[in-house]
Amino acid sequence: MTIEAIQEELIDEFSMFDDWMQRYEYMIELGKSLPLIDENLKTDDKLIKGCQSKVWLNSEMKNGKIIFTADSDAIITKGIIAVLVRVFSNQKPQAILDANTDFIDEIGLKEHLSPTRANGLVSMIKQMKMYALAYQTQLNN
Amino acid sequence: MSFDIQKIRKDFPILSRKVNGYPLVYLDNAATSQKPQQVIDCIVDYYSNYNANIHRGVHTLSQEATDAYESARKKIQTHFNAKEAYEIIFTAGTTHGINLVANGFSEILKKGDEIIVSAMEHHSNIVPWQMLCEKTGAILKVIPMNEEGVLVFSEYEKLLSKKTKLVFVNHISNALGTINPIVEIIEKAHEVGAAVLVDGAQACSHIKPDLQRLDVDFYVTSAHKMCGPTGVGILYMKEEWGNKLPPYQGGGEMIAEVTFEKTTYAGLPHKFEAGTPNICGGIAFGAAIDYLNTIGFEAIEKHENELLKYATEKLLKIDGLKIYGTGPDKTSVVSFNIEGIHPYDIGAIVDKLGIAVRTGHHCAQPIMDFYKIPGTVRASFAFYNTLEEVDALVTAVKKAKMMLS
Ligand SMILES: Cc1ncc(COP(=O)(O)O)c(C=O)c1O
Repeated sequence: MTIEAIQEELIDEFSMFDDWMQRYEYMIELGKSLPLIDENLKTDDKLIKGCQSKVWLNSEMKNGKIIFTADSDAIITKGIIAVLVRVFSNQKPQAILDANTDFIDEIGLKEHLSPTRANGLVSMIKQMKMYALAYQTQLNN
Repeated sequence: MSFDIQKIRKDFPILSRKVNGYPLVYLDNAATSQKPQQVIDCIVDYYSNYNANIHRGVHTLSQEATDAYESARKKIQTHFNAKEAYEIIFTAGTTHGINLVANGFSEILKKGDEIIVSAMEHHSNIVPWQMLCEKTGAILKVIPMNEEGVLVFSEYEKLLSKKTKLVFVNHISNALGTINPIVEIIEKAHEVGAAVLVDGAQACSHIKPDLQRLDVDFYVTSAHKMCGPTGVGILYMKEEWGNKLPPYQGGGEMIAEVTFEKTTYAGLPHKFEAGTPNICGGIAFGAAIDYLNTIGFEAIEKHENELLKYATEKLLKIDGLKIYGTGPDKTSVVSFNIEGIHPYDIGAIVDKLGIAVRTGHHCAQPIMDFYKIPGTVRASFAFYNTLEEVDALVTAVKKAKMMLS
């Protein structure tokens, strides 16, 4: 599936909820399905800075696509990463670099985009794009 | 005056707003307090009617502004019972005051001298002392705290010696609400000839310190935590210290005479007040102190204690909830966690219900390390909070717990 198609799917799913509580509950559910980072990869260099909760993000390249795994010590944060991993994992680096993130607004998570929330959604996206850029640069060389 | 909570709440326009569709329940008062109409009006009045630079012009506006600014200083002097108005130095806030003192001591300290700080300091305020030690070769010692979040006084006594030159301690901990025994801390420090700087940022909205009685050498606080505006605060320093410490910044206001060869510094407080100050802020700080005094600190303390007791009881009924900072002397701060749930998650959900609490390490990383936790949820109450708001908090926390476990 393309990034856009996954984003559309998420917007669809989240549109079923009419209040924030159901959205949060769904996000918490999604968090439980997050492809977890290997315990021995939970090292400080995999930590994303700028989060009040701890977030570890790992990436590897398989058949030209980036596979993300992650974990967090906070559940809501885990749900947010689960959404991001679903969108960006198993995609080509260039597609990740080109993707926009307007869907976050549309699924009602806009408040988490504010840097003052200190939950690091912005930092997570940035980190994913950084990995994509690094892999893309490797491919170009 | 009787304590009429509904009437008091009407003084604070922000308290009637909604957040996420719910009435705002503001329980982040330890970060900053809300402002009453009386203070807001004072700010509007200043800029509408007599804004001018002070201590410089002979014109009427400048006179009026200077008079208002200096009368705010007097008001603050009276409030804190300082001996002289010039012992009250206007600053940009607590942080600024601490740095000013630390800078002054860089000329006084020698290699091997010692500074004592407590384990429950606001961590950004440990930095000036670390910098000072690096610069002078002085050594930083730390008073430990116990499981209840109370300083271990006997350890403090052991740290004190003739080498101790300065003790820095907060009056009340921002993360735990613990009231430190500053009377005894000051007494013991003076016995070895050390000076004491007390960080009163968390104290002055709850209690009214008597600086002469405390016999403290330096005391700092911020207006914004006591119903005043941001960006202004005071540093109290005993006159003898004011004369001993070198000026912090160079600039206008702080000089008596300048030639290219030599500058003579002005006396207190101007020696430490270089440049155009936060004139409006200083005046509004005075208005905030007037406001707090019309309510009265006895009434404030009584009401806040009631809130603290009620919140503590109600919250502890929640299964798995643990409160950090359980000493006998504390102000209306409840710092807590629920077993197995990250404080951030609780904060995010209660915010959705209109409740403003703080989550995280509250700039007191050493305390969090001590308890081996990533942070806490902190509800901090002010005199304008109600028992109903405590109920709203408790309900919201229960809801969060249900969603998260
Ligand atoms: C104990 C303590 N000290 C110092 C500060 C810093 O105050 P300000 O930011 O107003 O300089 C705070 C504020 O959070 C505090 O709680």
